[in-house]
Order: sequence, then C-alpha cells, then structure tokens
Amino acid sequence: MKLRSLASVAPALLASFLLTNSLSAQNTSLLGKVEIDGSSTVYPISEAAASGFTKDFPNVKVNVGVSGTGGGFKRFTIGQTDISDASRPIKAKEFSAAKDSGIRFYELPVAYDGLTLVVHKSNDWVDHLTVDEIKKIFTTEGAAKTWAEVRQGWPKNPIKIFAPGTDSGTFDYFKEVVAGEGSLRWDMSTSEDDNVLVTGVSGSPNAIGFFGVAYYEENKDKLKSVAIVNPELNEPVSPTAQTIENGTYAPFSRPLFIYVNAQSFRRPEVKRFVAYYLLKAPELASKTGYVALPKTVYAQAMNHCRGGKVGTHYLTDEMEKRSGPVTELYTPATLVD
Amino acid sequence: MSKEKTEADDIGDSGIAQRLAKVEPVDNRRRLRHDNAFRILCVGIATVSVLVLIALLTSIIVQGIPSLSWVLLSGTPEPEPTEAGMFPALMGTIWICSLCALITLPVGVATAVLLEEFKPRTKVAAWFYSVIQLNISNLAGVPSVVYGILGLTAFVSMFSLFGNAKQPGAAVWEVGATYYDQFSNVGSDPFLTMGQEVDERYFLVPVEKRSDDPTVPTEGMVAFENRGDGLVPAEVHVVDAMAEMPTDPEALATSIDSLAVPGRISEKAWYYFQLPFGRGVLAGALTLMLVILPVIIISTQEALRAVPSSLRDGALGIGATPWQVVWNVTLPSAIPGIMTGSILAMSRAVGETAPILIIAGIVYIRNAPQHLMDSYTVMPLQIYNWTSRPQDEFHSLAAGGIIILLGILLSFNAIAVMIRHRMQKPLS
Repeated sequence: MKLRSLASVAPALLASFLLTNSLSAQNTSLLGKVEIDGSSTVYPISEAAASGFTKDFPNVKVNVGVSGTGGGFKRFTIGQTDISDASRPIKAKEFSAAKDSGIRFYELPVAYDGLTLVVHKSNDWVDHLTVDEIKKIFTTEGAAKTWAEVRQGWPKNPIKIFAPGTDSGTFDYFKEVVAGEGSLRWDMSTSEDDNVLVTGVSGSPNAIGFFGVAYYEENKDKLKSVAIVNPELNEPVSPTAQTIENGTYAPFSRPLFIYVNAQSFRRPEVKRFVAYYLLKAPELASKTGYVALPKTVYAQAMNHCRGGKVGTHYLTDEMEKRSGPVTELYTPATLVD
Repeated sequence: MSKEKTEADDIGDSGIAQRLAKVEPVDNRRRLRHDNAFRILCVGIATVSVLVLIALLTSIIVQGIPSLSWVLLSGTPEPEPTEAGMFPALMGTIWICSLCALITLPVGVATAVLLEEFKPRTKVAAWFYSVIQLNISNLAGVPSVVYGILGLTAFVSMFSLFGNAKQPGAAVWEVGATYYDQFSNVGSDPFLTMGQEVDERYFLVPVEKRSDDPTVPTEGMVAFENRGDGLVPAEVHVVDAMAEMPTDPEALATSIDSLAVPGRISEKAWYYFQLPFGRGVLAGALTLMLVILPVIIISTQEALRAVPSSLRDGALGIGATPWQVVWNVTLPSAIPGIMTGSILAMSRAVGETAPILIIAGIVYIRNAPQHLMDSYTVMPLQIYNWTSRPQDEFHSLAAGGIIILLGILLSFNAIAVMIRHRMQKPLS
C-alpha cells in the first residue's frame, strides 16, 4: 500500500464510499486479538475505545490491563503487548530495552491530563501557589513542616501531604516537574488508589494532594483546586478544559500516550483499532474526564501511522530527555528511532 | 437485676460452687466477680466484631442493592456504568476456583495422609517429613503477593526452561491452534479512509505453522471469510500494487493488494494447550493452589488426628492393610473436618486479588475463558478496578459486585456444609 499515494487511491475510495449501504452494522469478518497494558490513568480512555471498537468489530478481542506505566512498558518492550498505555513519555532505559528486543513503536498522544493540586474545602488561605512554593511543600530540600513556612502570613498548621503511588506515571511526571533531578519527600501518604487520596485530603483541613483532573471533577463538592502560577504569564491559572488545552495551565498539563508496537501494527485488527482510537480520541477523552488535544496533534499522529514513522519525540539522539509542549515537540523532525 | 441476685443464681446453678461458698464465702464472691467480668469482656469483644461485620454488610448492601441487576450479572464491562456488567469476571472466578479445587484437594489431602497415616520408618524419612512439615507451616504465613511472583516464574514462564527467556510466557509447544494470515481488502486502509464507511472485508488464508513466512498474495489462493456464523470460503483477487485500482465496488471488495502484508492470527480449540502455560486460567489456578495448599494440608492433618486411634487399631486388628485403613476407615471419618478446612481455603481463593493481579493482569475483557490457556479476569479484580474509578456510579457497581461475590461464596460454603452433614456419623 505504501506505493500508492492518496491521490491514486481516491477514485477507488470514492467508489467504495458509494457502495456502503448497510455497513454501519457490525463487521464480523475482522478477527484477532489486541493486547493492551499500562497506565491506570490512560485506562479509562483505552477501555472506552475497546468497548466502542468491539461493538463495531465483535470478533476482535481487546484486553486491557493496568500494570502502571512502568509495568506496561516492561511487558511492551519484550513484545508481550501490542499497545502500551502511558501517562508519561518513554524513558531512555525503556527505549533501549525495546531496541534490544528489536521492537519499534509508534508514539501517539491521545489526550491531555491536568495534574490538579487540591486542598480541603475549608482551607481559606491557599488560593494559588507558585512552582517555588510547590517545591517547598513537596521536595526533600524544601520540606516545609507548616503552612507558615510556605508563605508568610499563612497559619502555623502542619501540612499533611497525599500523593499517588511511586509506581504511577502521575508520580513520575509530578516529580520531574517539581523536583527535577532531586527527589520528592518521603514522609507523604501515598496510595495507588486516587480515591484514597480524595478521602485523605477531604478529611483533613491542613492537607494538600495531587492527582489527575478527572478525580477532581468528580469530587468538586469535597475539594478545592489550587490555581498554579504560570511561570511565563506570572498569573495564577486554574485547571479547566480550556486552560489545559491552550497550554496556559503550565507546567502541570501533560499529554497521555499510547505506544503501538510497529510489528503488531501490521496486523489488520491492531491497525483498525488504532485508527478507531485516534479518530474517536477527542470524544473519548472528554467522556472520560480528560481534555482533547488540538486537532493538529491528532492529524500528526495519523500521519505518523500512515507514513510508518516510528520512534519517540521525547529523547534526543544521545538518549537525553527532551521536554516541551506536545504541540511543539510532536513533529517528524524530533523523531528518534 | 441486682448484683446479689445474679450471684445467687449462679451459685444455685452449680453444686460445687455452692459447697465452695459455704467454706470460704468472701474469697468465693471475688472469684465469681472475676468470672462474671471475664464473661462480659468476652461477650463484648464478640459483639464488637459482629457489629463491625454488620456495619460493613449494611453499607455494602445499601450501596449495592440499587445496582444489582441482570445486566450486572450477564453484561460485559463497559465505560457506561449503567451498561456495565461482570459476566467475564464471574466466569473467570468460576473457572479459576473450580480448577483450583480440582487440583488442590487431591494434592492437599494426599500430603496430609502421608504425613499423618504413613509414619516414617527410617531416620532419613523422618528428617524428610519434618522438612515438609516445617515448610507447610511456614508457607501458611507467606503473603499472597509473593505467591503471585512465584507463579509468574513457575507457571507462566516455567523458569524459561523451554528457551523462552526473551519472551516469558510465549508458547513454545502447543496443540489445538489453527493459524491464519489475515488480509484486508484493497482500499480499506483505515488511515486512508479516515473513518469514512467503506466496504471493509477481511480474508483468512490458512497457514501450516506459526513460524511460517507471511503468505504472499497470489491469484486463486485458498481464502476464507468470517460471515457472522463461522468461516466460509471466499473468492479473492490480487491487484498489482503499481497498477490502477479497480473502480468497480464489487471487485474492490474482493481484491487484495499484491504487496499487502498479512497479520497472523490464531483460532484456538477448546482443548488448546501450550507449554509454558502463559498467562492463562491454568497458571492462575495453580498459583491459587500454592496460596491455599498449606491451609488444606494443615486442616486435613488436624481432622485426621481427631479420628480416634481405636478405629485404626480395630481395622488393623482384623487384618486390614494401612491403605485399606486409610481408605475405608480414617478418611471417611475425617471428611467433616476436611470439608471445613476446604471451605475456609476455597473462600480465601475466591477473594484473592493480589496474586491474580500479577498473574493475569487483565482488567478489561469481554469474553469468558474458552480453554485452559485463555486470558481471564476475576471478580475481586473487577471490583477493585471499579472502586478505583472517580465516578460514584462505579463505586455502587463495585458494591453490587461484592454482593454477588458474597452470594457465590455463601453458596460454595452451603454445598460444603451439606456434604459435611451428610457424612457426619458418630465415631464412638
């Protein structure tokens, strides 16, 4: 198919569009199995995609697991899964593991997630935080014991911190933004289950915690979100669909990805599923509490699939981490394979 | 009721206490007070645990009753809470637990019989027995996650014994699988049609072995198509990749590009079997076997020890061999005790999540297992997944799931209790 350009296919496609009459019904002729594993943050989107896809193609089995971003990549890089859900880009170590077992992949962003910092409903002193203040609260260097140490004039109450489990991509992402090469403090209450964090923060007036925006949206009545001061605009921005999409909710809005094994991608059922996923991604993202990416990013992702452009955008040739907004980074120019 | 009255009643109840009261009246009252206090303490502690259980059950029932429905029982997991069900997980649990019981009971009871009824005769044998006994007692206290990790190496990848170190769990030897190469018709590439509805057709070309090279499309090759009710032969044509594509829709639907690369898929029969076991039902059941085996062995040993030795002696006395004694005398009289132990063990297996999370790892699956190596999920995993979702509707679905799980557990137990009552005979 690679030899044909879209132009030469067009008349044939037109003919086949005209042909379709009763085809909105199920297609039973596609068989096979798609194996997905990885991040629990991306899971709801993948589940929705799998559910919608199997309604159209009932004979394809789509299995989704939740081993966490790291656990998912562990299986993906030895070829056990076709697709890996990830709430952060692939790491250099995982990239070289994939390389060792001869696995190449498509890196496809599917939605935005806004990491949301939340405090207790009755907390009337915190209304916005700067990144430096967040560092004071969450890093080992800052290690603020009371709110008064974070900003002058705040009460001398001890801070209680709730954070997602260290195995989650959410934790990794937050750590990278806030602590960089340093580390987050150890004396936080962590849980793999974000509902536990919701209960924890809503049960203690001096608490602060963070998780994906979907959990905040469902618990708005119990929690108060904290606006983050955008380092460039220098003004506080709250996490909303709009601010996450236009990038002003920085630095805590992050893209979510699926990684597709290029070898598996040749299988018609995997290819068809990925196409379905990308086409429906904007709708699925907002249905599951996330924010759709700009259309150009999805179009670029489609182009990657169409042109066989494998590799990651988040590592340099020297295997150094590369970071930046997905809208700028996600171009063929930054691809490293 | 006054204090004196209770004490008087108690004394009246027991003749010995009355006699003691006459000898040392003061000291006795103190003793009885202690006795009473201890009884109240015991009742209090028992009440607390029952109250906690009642509180738990009521909160689950209040939360779960509204979501109990036929859909929950027979549906597949969906992103819409109102359409979501747990049928695949239910079937997974039934598969896993029945398999686990089938494997564990014989092994566990046999081990216990060996340890209790066939005592060692040599020093080496005695040492061997004590090693086994020590191991079993220790294994009973190991956290189940550890068994999950053990199961992953021992059953899923089988220590990579079959040269599968690079891809642990992938089939090296198998029986019952048919392989096909799947082609899509020309013009239905989803990244070119972009969601437009086209006539999408997929054709299957049988291949001999999994390791065969991908089929090269040739005119007149044998091909099948799945038309809803199984595979039917299909006529396919090959069009040259460099040439113009046919515009006739009928021809387009049955044409394959000459450079098309197929995807290899497999159809597995009900008796499909592979080595190593992979992440299938069998590996899960064997891992749960590790978890509950110590419980079954220890409780069976206790049950065997409780059989009066006069029964054994009598049987041996009339000339029965040790095997006949075990089979006709000891085992039948120990069955009630063995059943009690098995009930406890199986209840644990039904509710076990951690090892299954490691072994199966799947949360979203729409099909019940079809063969021993099929992927699966179990109810506790499904419930865990629903409780960790942000939406409240999923939390009440989880509560509904817990009610169903409790129902299964109770019916398992009811069957075991029935067997126990049938078998229970006075021993003396």
